[in-house]
Amino acid sequence: MAEANLKVFRGEKDSGTFENYKVPIEEGMVVLDAIHYIQQNMDPTIAVRWNCKAAKCGSCSAEVNGKPQLLCKSRMDKFEPGEEITVQPIKTFPHVKDLVADVSWNYEVNKKIVPFTPQPGHNWVVYQEDIERVQEFRKCIECFLCQNVCHVLRDHNRKDGFYGPRFMVRLAGLEMHPVDSANRLKMVKEDAGVGFCNITKCCTEVCPEDIHITDNAIIPLKERVVDEFYDPIAKFFKSVFKAK
Amino acid sequence: MTNYETHEHDVLVIGAGGAGLRAAIEASAQGMNVGLVCKSLLGKAHTVMAEGGVAAALGNVDPEDNWEVHFQDTMNGGKMMNNWRMAQLHAQEAPDRVRELQEWGAVFDRTNKGQILQRAFGGHKYKRLCHVGDRTGLEMIRTLQDQGIHRGFAVYMECSITKLIKDGDKVSGAFGYYREDGRYVLFKAKAIVLATGGVGKAFTVTSNSWEYTADGQGLAYDAGADLIDMEFVQFHPTGMVWPPGVRGILVTEGVRGEGGILRNKDGYRFMRDYLPESTKDQFSANDAESERWVNAAIAGVKTKDKRPPELSTRDNVARAIYTEVKEGRGSPHGGVFLDISYQDAARVRKKLPSMYHQFKDLADVDITAGPMEVGPTMHYIMGGIRVDADSQMSRVPGLFAAGECSGGMHGANRLGGNSLSDLIVFGRLAGLGAAEYVKKLGAAPAVPQDQVDAALAEMEEPFQRGGSGSAKNPYDVQKKLNQIMSTYVGIFRNKEDLEIGIQKLQELKEDIKNVGTKGSKTYNPGWHMCRDLKNMMIASEAIALSALSREESRGAHSRTDFEQLNPELGKFNTAVSKDADGMKLEKTPCPVMPEDLKRLFAKKETTHNG
Repeated sequence: MAEANLKVFRGEKDSGTFENYKVPIEEGMVVLDAIHYIQQNMDPTIAVRWNCKAAKCGSCSAEVNGKPQLLCKSRMDKFEPGEEITVQPIKTFPHVKDLVADVSWNYEVNKKIVPFTPQPGHNWVVYQEDIERVQEFRKCIECFLCQNVCHVLRDHNRKDGFYGPRFMVRLAGLEMHPVDSANRLKMVKEDAGVGFCNITKCCTEVCPEDIHITDNAIIPLKERVVDEFYDPIAKFFKSVFKAK
Repeated sequence: MTNYETHEHDVLVIGAGGAGLRAAIEASAQGMNVGLVCKSLLGKAHTVMAEGGVAAALGNVDPEDNWEVHFQDTMNGGKMMNNWRMAQLHAQEAPDRVRELQEWGAVFDRTNKGQILQRAFGGHKYKRLCHVGDRTGLEMIRTLQDQGIHRGFAVYMECSITKLIKDGDKVSGAFGYYREDGRYVLFKAKAIVLATGGVGKAFTVTSNSWEYTADGQGLAYDAGADLIDMEFVQFHPTGMVWPPGVRGILVTEGVRGEGGILRNKDGYRFMRDYLPESTKDQFSANDAESERWVNAAIAGVKTKDKRPPELSTRDNVARAIYTEVKEGRGSPHGGVFLDISYQDAARVRKKLPSMYHQFKDLADVDITAGPMEVGPTMHYIMGGIRVDADSQMSRVPGLFAAGECSGGMHGANRLGGNSLSDLIVFGRLAGLGAAEYVKKLGAAPAVPQDQVDAALAEMEEPFQRGGSGSAKNPYDVQKKLNQIMSTYVGIFRNKEDLEIGIQKLQELKEDIKNVGTKGSKTYNPGWHMCRDLKNMMIASEAIALSALSREESRGAHSRTDFEQLNPELGKFNTAVSKDADGMKLEKTPCPVMPEDLKRLFAKKETTHNG
């Protein structure tokens, strides 16, 4: 039977080393299967976060040969026979153990976002064409791969100034909901820091749900912020009416 | 002595899927100080995998629908074994709960009149499942999560509970550990809601995730609650069968709801042959009529044509597929073919996006171009912790249960879509019931130190046994458990197999006593498995004993040695509870439906399992 060469990061809180494992390959196997094989047959203490194994829950995010992806979707047959497959935890968040990172920062950010606020007394007649875009955003499985790959968070560690692509998607989903009545644009501009994004689209590239994060969420939010805060004509009218 | 941290709450909810989140939201709304424990990260619970929809008689697509019809369908689907009061509350309250989700931000697919769109599903007379493509569970859990985080309750992520603490007969706390670093935690609580889901990890082929290790069933059983209807285990007819790594992963019933056709290796559409006599008149007479029904459903227009036979209840379809495969008419990888590729490709991708990706990414199959291979997979347990229908309290004062870990609502077979509505209806009722119990309780019950010490000592044992020598590898033991359950307590059962299975389970208990682990407590899955095995063993034994005791075929429980349904046996639930000598089994009378509801079931109960 063919064997795969896995090189898996083992250790706690960043201190650790890569260890090599030889795992028999089954047809259709994914990298998460290989990690489970190690867990069940070689070392039951190897830590990996996973739930559904069907790309629906977004738990098993990691970096395979340097590429951020879901382990449950990383097919082993994409690699050359005998190729070394390096598996390590996502880098942007604090390391816990082996392939597990502490992603709790994302949950703290989510709490800051003003929740869905329906217009009072709305009759809830809402047409499909008016929610298509919002439904695209709601496909998000919170794997945080976009957060992991975003250079504002990854390279510059500006978690103090930028909520990251995941929460731009959430904010866009709320702002574009036809029944929502809250205005989050001040938050988008200031606390969430949409201006930090310089549209490199790395987030869109890694999204396992194929959400067009940059084009459909971030850029429209940037445009709305510009309209709200920087449009000279609107500013003029606002100042005139304010003066009255 | 090892340390542990302590938290105090009025109501502690264990489990953060749809039922747990809804319970926490409700208990908070009642002014309770609430803690919510999730075994995974918030928003990753098994609810996220629900696909097809949430059943509620809104009547947006079929205006004839109402709660009484939904109630009838649910009872008929459950072969009248359901707790009638739960089925009634469920059918009555589901529409309000769905509308509430919408008001909390859930974005359901719409009809062309701008209302929530509903689709057909097996066993539902009318188009009743509110849905978002095939990712309804994700929509539901995210909506509840994003509401919940603003409701002021504490969330304990990646935390497992290992023991319920009691003061006399009353529940008073829970002990557990954080998965992340293995530190111990004690929750003092006046009331506890269990919402821990199912037991799938006791079986080899299952649609369930790692979390489904029967935690709530095991904790409640140990605390003195009884488990009912445990023989009723639902095998979903359509799981993936290939490649091996994804065997068992769910293929939504929505595929058949949208017109998917089941065929065997000869291209024969077999499902009509397996329709029970008693329900044949509800289905199309031929393929032409099925096609007209599908076309009308796609166009969103009403039709007098009847639905395709693929939309029979899950128990029938699962048995049909199993039989086709067993008799040599299966597909290359041991399933049958499910085909939706005859429909417009763009529409299939729109209505079934995650199925499209699941097959494309994991199996290299384009479902818009050819058929899928599918076969039965262990999916759901109808049985569970016995609760009072209105308050969701078990027989242990202060201990409540909701969702899959509770029993009674679904009887002998659950209809698709009724689980998501179950979560929000009974999650809310459990939160409400727990709050009302706490308000009447007064002072907090005591948390006896000896119980806490014993719980802590139990968790230390696997390390004392270590990871080598005579200690058993927990994963090996789980594999054995899976083999026993899948071999002897599967879709078709008989006395001989069940007795062998029960004997083997008894032997395996010794192995479970000797599982060991090594390494640190930091995120140590082997250690976690050591404890999870005990709960899985309780559920497995309960399933096997209950299955042996029910000498008839009813709903999801199929006995090859008792192929008929026996109306006399339908009057009793099977109940197991903990006794000094082990597991005790009783037959307890089913709650009797009042006359005003009985009139809805004019048709005589059939003796055929249909």
